[in-house]
Amino acid sequence: MTRAAWVLAVLLSHWRRHPMQLATLLVGLIAATALWSGVQALNQQARVSYDRAAALFGGARTAMLIDPAHATFSQAAFVKLRRAGWPVSPVLEDRVQVNGRSVRLLGIEPVTMPTETASSSAIARNDLHAFVAPPGRTLVAPETLRDLGLAAGAMPRINDSGELPPLQPQPQLAPGVLIVDIGVAQRVLDKPGQISRLLVGKTTHNARDLPDKVAGTTLQRVAPDSETDLARLTDSFHLNLTAFGLLSFLVGLFIVNSAIGLAFEQRLPTLRTLRACGVSARLLNVVVVIELVSIALFGGLVGLMGGYVIAAALLPDVAASLRGLYGAQLPGTLSLQPQWWLAGIAMSVLGALAAAAASLMRMARLPLLAAAQPHAWQQAQRRWLWRQGVLALAMLIAAIGILVFGDSLLAGFAVLAALLLSAALALPVLLDSVLRLGGKGARNALPAWFWADSRQQLPGLSLALMALLLALAVNVGVGTMVQSFSATFVRWLDGRLSADVYISAANETQAAEIRRWLAARSDVTAVLPGARTEVQIEGAPVEIMGLADHATYRANWPLLRSVADGWDRLHADDAAFISEQLSRRLHLDVGSRLRIPAPAGDWSVDVVGVYADYGNPKGQLAVNIDALSRHFPDTPQTRFGLRVAPEHIAGVIAAMRVAFHLDARQLADQATVKAESKRIFNRTFAVTAALNTFTLGVAGIALLTSLLTLSGSRLPQLAPLWAIGITRERLAAIELLKTMAVALVTALLALPLGLLVAWCLIAVVNVKAFGWRLPFQVFPMQLLELLGVAMVAALLATLLPILKLARMQPATLIKIFANER
Amino acid sequence: MIWHCNTAMLVASEPTRSNACPMLKVVNLSKSYRSAQETVHVLRGVDLTVARGESVALTGESGSGKSTLLHLIAGLDEADGGEVWVEEARVTGLADAGRAALRRTRLGLIFQQFNLVPSLSVADNLAFQSRLAGQHDAAWLRELITRLGLDALLKRYPEQLSGGQQQRVAIGRALAVKPALLLADEPTGNLDEATADEVVHLIRDLVARSGCGLLMVTHSARLAAMLDRRLHLRGGLLT
Repeated sequence: MTRAAWVLAVLLSHWRRHPMQLATLLVGLIAATALWSGVQALNQQARVSYDRAAALFGGARTAMLIDPAHATFSQAAFVKLRRAGWPVSPVLEDRVQVNGRSVRLLGIEPVTMPTETASSSAIARNDLHAFVAPPGRTLVAPETLRDLGLAAGAMPRINDSGELPPLQPQPQLAPGVLIVDIGVAQRVLDKPGQISRLLVGKTTHNARDLPDKVAGTTLQRVAPDSETDLARLTDSFHLNLTAFGLLSFLVGLFIVNSAIGLAFEQRLPTLRTLRACGVSARLLNVVVVIELVSIALFGGLVGLMGGYVIAAALLPDVAASLRGLYGAQLPGTLSLQPQWWLAGIAMSVLGALAAAAASLMRMARLPLLAAAQPHAWQQAQRRWLWRQGVLALAMLIAAIGILVFGDSLLAGFAVLAALLLSAALALPVLLDSVLRLGGKGARNALPAWFWADSRQQLPGLSLALMALLLALAVNVGVGTMVQSFSATFVRWLDGRLSADVYISAANETQAAEIRRWLAARSDVTAVLPGARTEVQIEGAPVEIMGLADHATYRANWPLLRSVADGWDRLHADDAAFISEQLSRRLHLDVGSRLRIPAPAGDWSVDVVGVYADYGNPKGQLAVNIDALSRHFPDTPQTRFGLRVAPEHIAGVIAAMRVAFHLDARQLADQATVKAESKRIFNRTFAVTAALNTFTLGVAGIALLTSLLTLSGSRLPQLAPLWAIGITRERLAAIELLKTMAVALVTALLALPLGLLVAWCLIAVVNVKAFGWRLPFQVFPMQLLELLGVAMVAALLATLLPILKLARMQPATLIKIFANER
Repeated sequence: MIWHCNTAMLVASEPTRSNACPMLKVVNLSKSYRSAQETVHVLRGVDLTVARGESVALTGESGSGKSTLLHLIAGLDEADGGEVWVEEARVTGLADAGRAALRRTRLGLIFQQFNLVPSLSVADNLAFQSRLAGQHDAAWLRELITRLGLDALLKRYPEQLSGGQQQRVAIGRALAVKPALLLADEPTGNLDEATADEVVHLIRDLVARSGCGLLMVTHSARLAAMLDRRLHLRGGLLT
């Protein structure tokens, strides 16, 4: 065995004799890696899905030609450009209903499809004949096939207007999409000779040479974009997840740091013996790093497996959130790329090295002859107290500085990070002050010892307490934000969903029939037509919704501020209400003027009000529905809200179902729509809540492991008291009281810090991430509940070491006074 | 069997006492410690020679610099001036790696605090340095175990041994590497009188058996008298 291997064997033998310490270290590494990599797995899965969708549609990744004034245009433009040598390929796209589910139908022309549009063209070319020759094929992602409740080979009917070719599952496809030959799409969508866009392949031609007008159609070239709309819209969501993953990772590293610090202290004599026996400092340093990296690799691998399990468990909630919030489709199963595994391992190794940096540096500078001090580590930590205090103050100043001068989402998170770090660093200083004050008030010997010994024990516990403080503060912060959101969201839903019944007709013909039918109903007191279209303003999608002039809206619309006669202006002039997030993004407010790109030319509107639109990642404008129809004549008017007396709602819905064969997605009462919105809302925060719980759990483990590892080194402090007549049971009770006291002080400090975190999330991060600001509210019951959870976690963590002490054999305590120790 | 003063070669020969090739040579060695208030001159030009197979006792009052001298010889600390030679190696001219190599292969160190590796068994502690140095000799180790009376304790851990037993293990570890020079810093400081006598006898016998030099720091005049020569450190100088 080489020299390095011998040294490694000696170092590893320490863990064999101290398995609890090794377990602590591994728990820290595994928890840190699992939580971080779990979150990253979810992010990666989502991003891959966005890329698949983008590549499939040829929307964002391929240059294309569209008719800005119409949803479709004549395929004659395709023929003409193709003859002129342009590598264009037609696509016809629309949403269709299959088995009551809304999916995207995509008609492609496989022969001319540009190669860079990836999966769709490649799939089509693999079996070109079967795809284009009757009956053709409908390509579908396996998860979509499952969602639709259909089997491969089935020929589903769509919109009651046609039958699709047999379904053929293709694993590479994005979910929620059906792909057919463009001829089939034109037939079943009843759009003969029409196309939605032309994809432009790579060409030596200069794009500027493309004619503006082809075959009577004015075409607009849309440049390829490296980031998809979905990726842009969901950035904030993923950044939130990443922030939580990072926080959990850091809490895990607190455990690693604590375990390595204590192991280093216990191994000091061994390290000196090794040096005395002729192991050079360089060899010793290298072997210690090898040992640490080996442990980190093992912990990282197990952590990655844990991360996979966490990601798989959270994926349904994340998928539901993304679908509900952004309409993004995620497959139901995880498929991870090699870089995820590599990144997870790298995070584990780098995290372990970072957590061990202080110990490694001390070892590198280890004086060979310094006498081994049993509590050198704790003493060194005490010397660090005042430096920590200064650093905490510096971080607080940094947080205030970023808050004042920063103006981005990252700056928002930086404020949070600096604030939390400042509080964590200040915690030992504050606790030390509290304990010193307590000591000053102590009159008798035992209470005086209690305070003094608590201070002596503090350095060993401070890292775990810092982790507890961070976890609790983030729990309070996120809990308060979610509760504030919940309370606001319910009020907001009441305002936005003021109609009693909501209808979405399949097409304009059906909409007209429904209108006629409703006009004859005496139990329907009002029909509120609605219409929506979408435009791009400053490079981002903006919804424009048409509102009818009705008292229902005037009474309930969640306006935040408006001009005095806002509603009158909205229905009389070229005016619009603007959503809060769009008003922030475009720096517009009441009194501003906005130009909306419309088919017949820009439409200038006055902003006459700002309204809350929580949860909507897109900007939104509300205009008069008649004005919308004038400026966007192609906007389908297929949506209605109905005012119906409560006792007639069920009857109206039942009658409409019979008359128009509308399913649950097309026809719903207010209560159902609200319940669905709340369900989406709750699932959105289910992921956050789960990560919150994990983080608190990891902090509890940090406290437990710190107490367990400290319990051994506590004996020299406790044995003399036992020797002078304090029973083991009483000593155990004192130890319990001490830990609970510092945990209580930590938890009490975490409450105001958590509220500060909540304020940062609501007033800074949410505003930057989503564009809307919630009213800040405090929920005292929730704070009390969390305080209780913290104390129970501390009690559970304290119990095991305390029981060990209470049951300790006198022989073990006697050893403290003997040489044989 | 003894080992030739050439560190690269191990040559079996009869034990001799000759100053022709000393195991240890210390020339004009000085060392001082500076604190905020004062500078303490611990060693003021110490000269010392230990021959092959010779055992030398180093006595002196507490704080006289006995341990410091031992640490400088072992390359655990750096001298302010003067030279230390162990066989043909000038310790005072070596870098950290060189000093580590010298300790590993040519020196045996015994301390008052035993300095065993707590996580290794007695057997592993005994073999540790010789394996580290690549100089493991199973037969020699077997003999040491027998002579030190450790046969029944090989599977135990240091915390399960008495002070005397731990010191025997430390002696065995130091000698297992077949050192040129054995440096012992108050090896009996934690032991009772009878055990101390027994340990010194053992060390002296094993030194004679292996032919290495011995420099032992002790407070005890009785134990010092058991060795070949006695030196006294006072005022930073040997007398």
